[in-house]
Amino acid sequence: MKRIGVFVCHCGTNIAATVDVEKVAESARHLPHVVFATTYKFMCADPGQKLIADAIREHALNRVVVAACSPHMHERTFRKAVERAGVNPYLMEVANVREQCSWVHRDKPVGTEKAAALVAAAVAKVARNVPLESGKLPVERRALVVGGGIAGIQAALDIAESGYHVTIVEREQSVGGRMAQLDKTFPTLDCSSCILTPKMVDVGHHPMIEICSYSEIESVEGYVGNFEVTIRRKATSVDPDVCTGCGECWNRCPVKKLPSSFNMDLGHRPAIYVDFPQAIPNVPVIDRANCTYYLRDGKCRVCEKVCPTKAIDFTLEDRLVKERFGAIVMATGFQTASLQQYPEWGLGTYPDVVTGLHFERLVSSTGPTEGKIKRPSDGKEPKSVVFVLCAGSRDEARGRSYCSKACCMYSAKQAILLREKIPQAQAHVFYMDIRTAGKDYEEFYMRAKEEYGVNYIRGRVAKVYPEKDHLVVRGEDTLLGRPVAVEADMVVLAAAIEPRADAAALAQKVGISYNRDHFFSEAHPKLRPVESNTGGVFLAGCCQGPKDIPETVAQASAAAAKVVQMFSKDALVSEAQLASVNEAWCIGCFLCQPVCPYKAIQPKEIEERRGRDKIKRTVSSVNTGLCQGCGACAVACPSGAMRLNGFTDEQILAEVDAVCL
Amino acid sequence: MKLAYYPGCSLCGTAREYNISTIKVSEKLGIELEEIPDWSCCGATSAHTSSPLLGVALPARNLAIAEEMGLDVAAPCAACYHNLSAARVKMDRDHLLRKRIEEIIDRKYRGKVKVLPLAEVILSRVGLDAVRDSLVHPLAGLKMAAYYGCLMVRPKGIVDFDDPENPTKLDQIMEAAGGEMVDWSHKTECCGASLSLTGTELCVDLVGRILERAAEEGAECIVTACPFCQANLDMRQAEAATKLKTDFRLPVLYFTQLLGIALGLPAGELGLDSHVVDPRPLLREKGLI
Repeated sequence: MKRIGVFVCHCGTNIAATVDVEKVAESARHLPHVVFATTYKFMCADPGQKLIADAIREHALNRVVVAACSPHMHERTFRKAVERAGVNPYLMEVANVREQCSWVHRDKPVGTEKAAALVAAAVAKVARNVPLESGKLPVERRALVVGGGIAGIQAALDIAESGYHVTIVEREQSVGGRMAQLDKTFPTLDCSSCILTPKMVDVGHHPMIEICSYSEIESVEGYVGNFEVTIRRKATSVDPDVCTGCGECWNRCPVKKLPSSFNMDLGHRPAIYVDFPQAIPNVPVIDRANCTYYLRDGKCRVCEKVCPTKAIDFTLEDRLVKERFGAIVMATGFQTASLQQYPEWGLGTYPDVVTGLHFERLVSSTGPTEGKIKRPSDGKEPKSVVFVLCAGSRDEARGRSYCSKACCMYSAKQAILLREKIPQAQAHVFYMDIRTAGKDYEEFYMRAKEEYGVNYIRGRVAKVYPEKDHLVVRGEDTLLGRPVAVEADMVVLAAAIEPRADAAALAQKVGISYNRDHFFSEAHPKLRPVESNTGGVFLAGCCQGPKDIPETVAQASAAAAKVVQMFSKDALVSEAQLASVNEAWCIGCFLCQPVCPYKAIQPKEIEERRGRDKIKRTVSSVNTGLCQGCGACAVACPSGAMRLNGFTDEQILAEVDAVCL
Repeated sequence: MKLAYYPGCSLCGTAREYNISTIKVSEKLGIELEEIPDWSCCGATSAHTSSPLLGVALPARNLAIAEEMGLDVAAPCAACYHNLSAARVKMDRDHLLRKRIEEIIDRKYRGKVKVLPLAEVILSRVGLDAVRDSLVHPLAGLKMAAYYGCLMVRPKGIVDFDDPENPTKLDQIMEAAGGEMVDWSHKTECCGASLSLTGTELCVDLVGRILERAAEEGAECIVTACPFCQANLDMRQAEAATKLKTDFRLPVLYFTQLLGIALGLPAGELGLDSHVVDPRPLLREKGLI
């Protein structure tokens, strides 16, 4: 005997303002199997949940419909509530009468009618639900961190300090990432390297951390708790077990003038190199595309000759290493936009137009100018520098609508550094708005203006062009309401923060989603900000969206906490709403296999009785560890053998009938 | 290849040399231009500022006639090209507007014809290889700055001739004709044409900036495809030079005039005598005429 209870939430006035909740409850009372219906102001709150539990006991309810917000928000909450009251959690359905109803309607009678229809659909569905049980999955208690910037470093340290093994995969020669390229940090002006390098040393020495630098992710198989990851360890031509990092090789290498990407191509490096003097690991790599040995059939060999420990091995090759991990933290960071769509600013055309990251290298004492600010074209000390904010950000017309978040602050910092290093230099900042939301940030910006005399001009820059030996920056001063032209020796564009060029490709390898700008998507913008939509994959730092260092570190620690939380359990509870195969109906066509994004479908041989004979045939089977319950297979299946538990054809058609008939 | 030809008023008056050279060059390159019968004003700068509806209806009438001819439209004048394109885009986007315009002009309009600036016709329908093959006097040694102005390239979405910030199509054509193009920063700067009579002072400043930059980059002349730009840069040049205390003499030519020379057309047929800054001494010096 099905006994359904319906609970309609007011959500304060969120629902009740446009939906007559009492009427919805009243109409529910007349639906088949419904024996109880009521409303409450906040169903998700403790008294609301208690109301559901009490009603289950009092009215002997065995199925529940909650008409409230989106199931994304509180489906779990209500499942737990009914479970505590003794009802299988999958015998509870949420009717979304907030996001899909009250929030999109203004007219109360219309909203009420629609809410009643949505409740009727949920009632029709829940009447056909069957109890589902979750399975258990073992956990491999080792974490993979992709990216060795500050996000990856912080996450790795936090996980390792909790006693679990961590592998960091870093594409470059050294960990450190973007933060290692920065000179000082806002709003305290402490030196970026001074606070970063101790952490780099920590990850380098930690017994529970392995650094795979000069390596990339080749492929990711498996599922939460049991990922099988293939890592490409690019050939370094140097044996890390023997090398002592003495530096003989890179000091003596005859190929000296290669652009140093660590220095944003403003400085040079040899063909055998470490990214920067504090590199971790302190083991150089040979850039084979530019090394004389590889270009001229074994000539040169200088590094081999000078190496006191015989660590150079030209014959090393890329190695593919397969390892198992229980969790993955994505911390792949950012790059700055190339600004090719902005020819009017002349980045790439005029050498003295640079980005903020270039400027960091020009101010940094480890940079190509040893911290003396010199303009790239002729090495002259600039007497006037124009900073351009929102360079590529907040410009829907040219493809990037978002705010890059860190630029207002780092440009203020760079202007301050300029004024400190060259007191007679002028600093001008063109801006749209100044956004200083952060502790002590507004104060820092005010100091830039008041103490350091940085000239802020509200308006966009229309054009940068050369004139004699300097540049002219033309724009609009929207406060004065007239065009302005500023003479500048250098122009620093606060180029938009964007995900790494291969972020989307990597996301596809790992099996996580990303937004239109290719930032990795979090599972919920407010309540699950460091989890991806794929179980066991977590996000930290700018790969998820633009952010500054404190926020990145906080997110990395949060991601680490999520990993540790997972590892602290004996086994993981698997999702119950997964696909399953009715083997008797399966014809073995395997149309389901290519549509499965998680590679969860495998062939399986079964024995069957046909008449008197026993025959063998192949059917589909679902790996419940891999299946994420997306339902693509159920749609593709021509015979109806594949079903998604919790969303069977019968359940969905009942919903449609309830709304339409 | 046959196109409906929309000369517009400028080409019948102040920019006669553009008209003459366009017709001659087209003949030479095998472009058949059939003038739109009974064509009317494109609205220029005054129609859309007095009535948005009139600003669409005037060019729409010409488009409707071209549609009856079954031919895409070639419009050498930048303003004509701009107005015809804008009307086309607006009617494409707004079905009701199209209906209303049809009533006003008392003709059917289905949005079937394309509007092309002459440079686009040469680039995409004739092709640069064909231009190179027909060269008689390559413009070797002549350093020029291609100046596009605003109407040809902006706003994006209304016109789509070239990149709005760094257009290169005129450069490509002139390079194919053997010319040496300077890469410069003021290709699309405002020349102030619409203020030429009402704010002459300002206009002279704007013209001065453009010419100064072109001269600094080593240009010996300016090529353009816009009658407003041409008139402004040419007529206000002396004043601008005086104001800047300099002495540049940069002939401002239509690209069709120089292309005509390159294709071997007689110099006397290209209207080279109708400029304020006489281009003939320079062209003689380079051995081109």
